[in-house]
Formats: sequence, C-alpha cells, structure tokens
Amino acid sequence: MEQLAQQLFNALQWGSYYALIALGYSMVYSILMLFNFAHGDVFMVATYIGYFVAVGLLGLASLSLLPLSNVAVFVLTLILTMFLASFVGIGVELVAYRPLRDAPRASAAITGLMVGIFMETAVLAALGASRKDFPLLIPPITFTIGPVHVTNLKLLTLAMAFGLMFLLHLFISRTKIGMAMRAMSFDYAVVPLMGIPMNTIIVFTFALGSALAGAAGILFGMAYPVLDPYMGVLIGWKAFVAAILGGRGSIFGAVVGGFLLGFIEILVAATLPSTMRDLIAYSIVLLILTFRPYGLFGEEYSARLRL
Amino acid sequence: MSQLVVENLEVYYGNIRAVHGISFHVDKGEIVTIIGANGAGKSSTLRAISRWMVKVGPETRILFEGEDLLRYPPHRVVSELGISHVPEGRRIFGNLTVWENLMLAAYARKDREQLKRDLDMVFDLFPRLKERRDQKAGTMSGGEQQMLAVARALISGRRLMLLDEPSMGLAPLLMQEMFKALREINKEGTTILLVEQNAHMALQFAQRGYVLETGNLVLEGPTQELLANPKVKEAYLGG
Repeated sequence: MEQLAQQLFNALQWGSYYALIALGYSMVYSILMLFNFAHGDVFMVATYIGYFVAVGLLGLASLSLLPLSNVAVFVLTLILTMFLASFVGIGVELVAYRPLRDAPRASAAITGLMVGIFMETAVLAALGASRKDFPLLIPPITFTIGPVHVTNLKLLTLAMAFGLMFLLHLFISRTKIGMAMRAMSFDYAVVPLMGIPMNTIIVFTFALGSALAGAAGILFGMAYPVLDPYMGVLIGWKAFVAAILGGRGSIFGAVVGGFLLGFIEILVAATLPSTMRDLIAYSIVLLILTFRPYGLFGEEYSARLRL
Repeated sequence: MSQLVVENLEVYYGNIRAVHGISFHVDKGEIVTIIGANGAGKSSTLRAISRWMVKVGPETRILFEGEDLLRYPPHRVVSELGISHVPEGRRIFGNLTVWENLMLAAYARKDREQLKRDLDMVFDLFPRLKERRDQKAGTMSGGEQQMLAVARALISGRRLMLLDEPSMGLAPLLMQEMFKALREINKEGTTILLVEQNAHMALQFAQRGYVLETGNLVLEGPTQELLANPKVKEAYLGG
C-alpha cells in the first residue's frame, strides 16, 4: 500500500512529461490533421536550450553580474526556454510542413521525421557525443508524508504541468486565436473565408505546443540530468502513443492519455521486473486501442471534409 | 463601372477544367444570380472570386472595385476587399457557440463601433440567433444554421456577398424568410451574387441573371426576360 502511494507520485511525474509533450502532438493534429513527428526532437532541442539558458544564468549569478536567487534562475530559465522553444516549433513548421501544405499527409509526416533526424544529428555535430549534465537549479528537499517520501521536484513538476494545462485551457477557450484553433479543428477549410490568416493560427499552434515541450524539457532535465541528442526519440514516441491513446486531436484526451500512460508504465515497473516494463505497458496500450480504436476521447466521425 | 468584373474565367481542379472562360459583371448594389444544373460550374465560379480552394487559368482577370482581386490571398479578399462567401452546405462551426461563430467572422475587424452596429443589425434580421446566442451552433436546426451562415458572412465582409445555394434544405416558409432577410441586407448596401439550383426562386429574387451550362454562359439578361425565355422555362423552370 505504501509502495503504491509512493509509485503514485512517480506515475504522476512521468504522466506530466507525457501529457505536456502529447499536447503538442494533439494540438497540431487537431488543426492540420497531421502528426508532427519532429515533436520529440523539438523536446530534445528545447531541453538543450534550457541547459544553455540555465548554465548561462547560473554563470551570471555566480559572477554576481546578476543577483539571482535559485528560484529566480529557475523561473527565468523556464520562461526563456519556453519562449525560445516556440521558435524551434515555428521553424519546424516553416521548413517541414508549410511547403507541403497541399501535399499528401504521408509526405508531410516523412518531412517531419527527416527534420527530426536533422535536429538530432545537428545537435550531435554541434555539441559532440559527450553528454551534458543539466544543472541542479533547485536544491532537492524530500517531504515525508506518513510513509511516503516526495521530493519538491516531483511536486513542482506536477504543479507546473497542471498550471500550464490550465493556462492552455484559458488560451483556447478565451482568446480569439484559441477560438480560431477550435474552429479549424472543426472545419479547417472554411477558416480563411472568415478573413482569418490561417498561417498565423498554425504558427501559434506550433509555438504553443513547442513551448509546452520546452517546459517538459526543463522539468525532465532537472529530474534526469543527463542530456543526449537522442533523448527525444523514445519519450517523443511515448508521448505520441499517449496522444493516440487519448484520441487523435483531443486536447483533453492528450492529458488523460499522458497520465494514463504514466500510470501503466509505473505500475508495471513496480510489480514486474523492470525489463518487462515497456513490453507489458505497451501490450496494455495495444489492448485498449483494440477495443477503442479512436482512443479514449477521439471522435469516430469528423465533421471535416477536405474538399 | 461595375463593382465586380470577371473576364475569361477558367477554373481548374487539378487538370480538370470546370469553368471554360466565362465573363460577367456585377454592379454595385445589384442582386445578380447565376443559375444552372448541378455540376455546371456555379460553385466553382464563386470560389474563384473568393479565391477559395480553386485555381484559375492564366488568362483570367477579376477586378473588384478596380483592384486586381487575384493579387489577394483568400483571407484578405474577405478582410480587405469586404467580399464574403456563404459556402454550400453552410459550413458553420458546430463546436462553437453562435456568438463565437460571429466573433470569429469579426476576427480581422478593427472598427469596434461599426461592428457593434453590424451585430445589432444581424440580430434584428435574425432574432432567432439572438435567442440562441450561447448555444452550440451544431445543435441548431438547418434553417437556423443557414441564418448563422448568412449572419457570419455579413459580419466578415459586406461589400459583396457570394451566396452558394442558400435555399438548399430549407422548408418553403424558412426559405421565404431567408430571402426576405437577404433583400434587407441588399437594401443596406450589400451587393449580392447568388448561385442557385432553385432557378424559380433565384430569378424572382434577382434583378439580372446568367445561365451556366457545363462551364459556359449560355444566356444572360434581366430576370424578367429570363423567366419568360422558353429555353429557360423548359430547362430550369419545369416547362
């Protein structure tokens, strides 16, 4: 029982990573009906950006050029990284997808994969094979609640994930651009007839998804501080699975799918040998999709007809 | 000079040519209709004007109030030239509320005062929409959705309104209500270009008409003449 409560927090932590990244897949899919297969690598590049921002800010702080506390460094790193990461997403859209807007979806998926590989090898070429250690931005504190030990980082991860999701929800439900995103998810083609520049909406969608991936990158880097250029591949695919599990293009589904995947993985790992984790966990995912092929919150029928 | 001048319009879907080089014009404040059978190229003609999802031929020229319309991307045809398009099948955003649909149509508008007046006018024309302001548009009846589609167009651009089969699927009573509202809209200064399969309705509503047959214009003239024309009578008005 105690073991279970302990694992609950691990599941929530991994669920937060998956959910934050899965949102990027789902948002792009919901407006363009396109899986952005470069998104895992956007997460990777964003984590590296976070690394450089954090190291830079810590350097400035230690030289007492900027009197920054640890918390201030963390907050600044987070904001700057999310901001810069959004441009990585915009870049991917401009290079991989915009030129192929009218091409078959499969071609665009391939260019996305290619841009992903390009980012991996570019980071490898630029930084070499040596792994980077993400700096410790927040000194670890362990809270003990009865028999359960929780680090401040786990709580922060969870709070950040929910906070960002809430902000995303406000953005999508309250702003004009959010409204246009919802309209595009219903009927992509008619949006220009409303006098709306579609590319602006698309750029915002990529930017938002990538900023969320950037936040996930910082939180992930602080918990698992070893960065390498291929770190985005596995976690990216898993977040993609979470997005599909939740239902293609469903924002709410991406969040539920992310956390569900976190729970399945951690529960399998807690009860069975750890080498079996992915084998069992993804068998469960396969089983769920067999019975719910459109995911948990996906629509069987889309109102959209592409003419 | 005419508000809209279309010269040598060819419309392509891939390699298939749907409209074969037609020319026509619409004057400011007019109601003009293009009638024709299913597949004659009516929708394609409207789409060419709103630059929506079709490609036009190299010889095609479209002038709107003297400006070369083909230089504008689709969203700026709406936001800058003031040309709105009510597409076939309504295409309202069913997952948004009525109010959100209207706000979306106002996306590019900066003139808050005029927008307020336009919204008042829309709700005067279609009181039903006012009642259903906060209802999801997809839950409304077909007639109400058609009203919303027209209202939305009125908000997005009101110098010229392109209407694609607004009568489709409407009960006769609703259809009359709709055309009454459209006439009101026209009186307020919006030029209307209407394409219809319901030739009888369209010819009674419009002042001038064109007849489109498999991508070619075969007849044109004041609607009174077209209504009396034996060929039109036989082919489009049921003899």
